[in-house]
Amino acid sequence: MALAAGLYSKQASALPATALRPPGALAEGDFLAACVRCGLCVRDCPYDTLKLAELGDGVASGTPYFEARKIPCEMCEDIPCVVACPTGALDRALTDIGDARMGLAVLIDQENCLNFLGLRCDVCYRVCPVIDKAITLERIHNPRSDRHAMLLPTVHSDYCTGCGKCEKSCVLPGESAIKVLPIRLAQGSKAEHYRRGWEEKEAAGQSLIGDQVELPVRGLEDKAYGDTRVRPGEGPQPGDAVPARPAGSGLDSGWKP
Amino acid sequence: MSAQTTTQARQVPPTSVRGAAMRGVVARPGQEAIEAKGWLRAHKWLLLRRLSQLGILALFLVGPWFGWWVVKGNLASSLTLGVLPLTDPFVLAQQLAAGHWPYREALLGGGIVLAFYLLLGGRLFCAWVCPVNLVTDAAAWLRRRLGLKGGKVPSGSTRYWLLGFVLVIAAVTGSLAWEWVNPVSMVHRGLIFGFGLAWGIVGAVFLYDLLIAPRGWCGHLCPQGAFYGLIGRSALLRVSAARRSACNDCMDCFAVCPEPQVIRPALKGAGQDHPLILDGDCTTCGRCIDVCGKDVFRISTRFDRSES
Ligand code: SF4
Ligand code: SF4
Ligand code: SF4
Ligand code: SF4
Ligand code: SF4
Repeated sequence: MALAAGLYSKQASALPATALRPPGALAEGDFLAACVRCGLCVRDCPYDTLKLAELGDGVASGTPYFEARKIPCEMCEDIPCVVACPTGALDRALTDIGDARMGLAVLIDQENCLNFLGLRCDVCYRVCPVIDKAITLERIHNPRSDRHAMLLPTVHSDYCTGCGKCEKSCVLPGESAIKVLPIRLAQGSKAEHYRRGWEEKEAAGQSLIGDQVELPVRGLEDKAYGDTRVRPGEGPQPGDAVPARPAGSGLDSGWKP
Repeated sequence: MSAQTTTQARQVPPTSVRGAAMRGVVARPGQEAIEAKGWLRAHKWLLLRRLSQLGILALFLVGPWFGWWVVKGNLASSLTLGVLPLTDPFVLAQQLAAGHWPYREALLGGGIVLAFYLLLGGRLFCAWVCPVNLVTDAAAWLRRRLGLKGGKVPSGSTRYWLLGFVLVIAAVTGSLAWEWVNPVSMVHRGLIFGFGLAWGIVGAVFLYDLLIAPRGWCGHLCPQGAFYGLIGRSALLRVSAARRSACNDCMDCFAVCPEPQVIRPALKGAGQDHPLILDGDCTTCGRCIDVCGKDVFRISTRFDRSES
């Protein structure tokens, strides 16, 4: 019986990936020791975000959670859910909702996200209450059209609260392309053995290996070191004679079977 | 069938619990009382109790239903009129066992509730508040009406073992493990916040009481009832069989009592000389007062040892 109860509690403490705890919730293990399932947090949430799990929901029955795609957390400044909790399952040390970590947004479907297709949807970015910090649009070259940019919504874990506003407002008709996941699922572990040169440099105040030798690049001698951009009129023009290539050199060796 | 009943009745003393249970099988307890004092007086405490149970439920429900927020939360922890915190000390005990020290509100709320039941009677909770009592009372009623007999009743002390188990499992798993299945909180929460599959648990309790063990859940298993029974050990409010000399051995009180073993010492003077029901398991439901045609019982205090 003890074993069954133990197994059951273990199984029940595994939250489904779409179930997010309210702001300020203790780590799941501690939360399950603290929350008495009273629903006072649910009652004081002005947006009906939170609900108490019913038996069969896959979340420990009676504990509060929300699903971002249904109703996200609106990040109330006064955090009424935390204030209402009588047990400390929601920790009152959380006074700035920007410090909440309910989960972490992940742009999970890069095949269907409209911005990844090269369009300007931007909705997830625009609705983010922590816009330009938690989520930014990173401009990169669009290799498909070769002449446009792609603005990729990119989430930053230092600021994302996991409120789920982005997931809620993703315009895709069914599942969202951006999803808030429990942080444990959303983040990989750090590659501690890999030294990030740029961080080391910043920490040391200078490059650890001294200044690098700047070798000139043929044809770009008049440009700043590292600038490889070629403006119209520069470089070989259409109609320029293609310099003859010695046979058997280069990528095309001219070999035929 | 009747011949069998009479031979059985001969072997089992009628004033024993089993005797009462067997008589309950064939009787509609309280008929005599209805004739003697009228239907209303023969159901007075029952009606008051239902009023209390449903009234408390209604207080919790008018908020979500009509937006009149008198009480928020549920029996586990609630806030009345925005000022009065109340917390179930049973949940609080589990929480402490699981290793979490709650905020002041929860402790204060738990203290208030604990003081109330310590003072007045622990299992008042069972008879006057707990929503599962409606379910198990219904099962007991139907069982009597259908004349269902026998069954396998676990020992009455099982609930105390279960109570210990609940606290141990909370400590071992570091979580409120019992609250995943506790029918008491589940029913109350279900009514207010939505049931999900919790109906299954209500149904299981009902069927268990109806078909397998008479008064099985509340009288033998429920660790929450056991908890309140323990805190009510020295409570003030007690039922007294004050006019026990008038008892005509109809046994109706035994048939309706959810904890029939508590009556005998008081009514028959078994092992005690006063008529007070001091056993913590008595829920102070007052049903024995209702069904007694001779007005043997009354609600009194633990200091009132008088007989009349
Ligand atoms: S911060 Fe506001 S919207 Fe978010 S869960 Fe709490 S009360 Fe609801
Ligand atoms: S208010 Fe606190 S104890 Fe109550 S359900 Fe919410 S998190 Fe749990
Ligand atoms: S969950 Fe989305 S909307 Fe909310 S802070 Fe993170 S990126 Fe912004
Ligand atoms: S014994 Fe348990 S289920 Fe029965 S009335 Fe008491 S608390 Fe409720
Ligand atoms: S002795 Fe009377 S008051 Fe006590 S539980 Fe039995 S019927 Fe109820």
